[in-house]
Amino acid sequence: MNTSTPTQAPQRRLTTSAMIASIAEEGQRTTKAPFGHALARLADERPDVVGLSADLAKYTDMHVFREAHPDRFFQMGMAEQAMLGAAAGLAEVGLTPFASTYSVFATRRAYDFLCLDIAEPGLNVNVVGALPGLTTGYGPSHQATEDLAILRAMPGLTIVDPADSVDIEQAVPALAAHPGPTYLRLLRGAVPTVLDEYDYRFELGKAAELRGGRDVLFVSTGLMTVRALTAARELEADHVDVAVLHVPTIKPFDRETVLRETAKGRLVVTLENHSVVGGLAESVASCLAFARQTAHLVPIGLPDEFLAAGALPTLHDRYGLSVEAIKRRVKREL
Amino acid sequence: MSTQAFATAAPSTDRLTALEDSAYRIRMHALDMGETQGQGYIGQALGVADLLAVVYKDVLNHRPDDPEWPGRDRFLLSIGHYAIALYAALAEAGVLDVAELATYGSDDSRLPMSGMASYTPGMEISGGSLGHGLGVAAGMALGLRHQGSGARVYNLLSDGELDEGSTWEAALACAHHGLDNVTALVDVNALQADGPTKGVLRTEPVTAKWEAFGWHAIRVDGNDIGALVAAFDSLRGHRGSPAVLICDTRIGCGVPMLETREKAHFMRVEEHEWQLARKQLTDRHNRGSAGSASVGSQGK
Repeated sequence: MNTSTPTQAPQRRLTTSAMIASIAEEGQRTTKAPFGHALARLADERPDVVGLSADLAKYTDMHVFREAHPDRFFQMGMAEQAMLGAAAGLAEVGLTPFASTYSVFATRRAYDFLCLDIAEPGLNVNVVGALPGLTTGYGPSHQATEDLAILRAMPGLTIVDPADSVDIEQAVPALAAHPGPTYLRLLRGAVPTVLDEYDYRFELGKAAELRGGRDVLFVSTGLMTVRALTAARELEADHVDVAVLHVPTIKPFDRETVLRETAKGRLVVTLENHSVVGGLAESVASCLAFARQTAHLVPIGLPDEFLAAGALPTLHDRYGLSVEAIKRRVKREL
Repeated sequence: MSTQAFATAAPSTDRLTALEDSAYRIRMHALDMGETQGQGYIGQALGVADLLAVVYKDVLNHRPDDPEWPGRDRFLLSIGHYAIALYAALAEAGVLDVAELATYGSDDSRLPMSGMASYTPGMEISGGSLGHGLGVAAGMALGLRHQGSGARVYNLLSDGELDEGSTWEAALACAHHGLDNVTALVDVNALQADGPTKGVLRTEPVTAKWEAFGWHAIRVDGNDIGALVAAFDSLRGHRGSPAVLICDTRIGCGVPMLETREKAHFMRVEEHEWQLARKQLTDRHNRGSAGSASVGSQGK
């Protein structure tokens, strides 16, 4: 640590984006804690909705629900296995739990409990994982770069990767209404608000075309859909006409729409805030392969590596998730 | 720590005799199922039969003809391999027909070797992966209390299950939330898959551990029906914290030839031995309580 007092401020380097980093770009409209507020509103209507967290209520926007419905919030401490077991127990007696922690802990650490206590009996437990993919610069301990890959093979689990605050607000009641177990990749804090500019409604299990385009098809999920929309708009200047198909539900996968849209002879680029192993790219690829359909497929996603620590803008650029990186990649592939 | 004396009135002889008869029938059912399948966790089933008889005939508030009744007390078997014992108890309790026990472990049976909720009426959770039951119990108890239900949650776990960290996560949660509607039942048979518990991973002093985690702990001879009944009677009035009943049991209890056999997690019984085992069980029962022999393992 440099303790000297410089006479003039040195140029600041970007520093590590820790847990409270926002993924919003400068000037972007945002909504604060959309998950927490959506859950609190849902609980006003549904007395069966309860919340749990494993010492991360404040960091998963669950604190909004806790403040609105303190008698329906259960703090489980830093004990993810107990939290998911308890969530199962709450569902067994007829309640509808939302249990939040970081994605890395829900998936890597408490997998057996999600699998056997929740998924096997098919309980309506909604697991909410914060810091999905590369949304913290804290390093591999907190970067859930492979959560989709871990969870996609779990029978009966519905997996949702929302794009923005609009998606989250609409997904929360849909997940509670869905009878089986779900996993929601959470965007927290000041979350971009984008999809209200489009003719869009979140529908569980459905992909949605947000814009049409003749040259390229972006098949995107999660926060990468917002980047995909920006990149598509900016590529107009290069006379590249890009369509965007948003796939918020990773499982069950909307094969029908994906097969239809990828069959139109366009360059197909998948975009996900997740490892290129086992997430959206491979979902699209296997969907095409099993249907004996083919396309020029370009996967944009995180490399099959443990990622570096650092500032999110630096890392997103390095690993190819930034708008600039997306545009460069598309122009290279065309 | 020591086995505690209870201030409650001594249970009546009729009550104890009826429970001893129940335990005898549970053991007999378990032997029959073991013979059908040619294998099974028969040693554990015989060890825990007295506890299950007391729980199902004297403790649980349930409706045998309506296993999904929302007001029921929940009994969670986290040790799925004890399913043979629970099926026997469910038959004794009238939840299952005795005739169905003959299907144990067969293809398409509702009675698989490892207990699973989706297969069997009265089986609340799917056990098997150890260290899950108490966490689910914590959630059920939180939910039932939130709903204003007076139903209680019981979780039968084994001393081997105390190796699992998740058991202790859940123990903390139950105590932190003051879940006095939870009762953990720990079957201390001092044996696990790789050998005696003290050699695999030492868990003693078990009572002191639960007490340190904020639980009201009682330790009894789990093959002494009188002691079990007195312990449950004393727990009925307990409030303010979860309770644990630690039961020292003997593998193979009630069948002398199996009690003295080399202790094994998966006890081998030859085809010709089942009939002899049944005869020994009946002889012992007719002479008096199966659990009357001294245990000498408690209060370590």
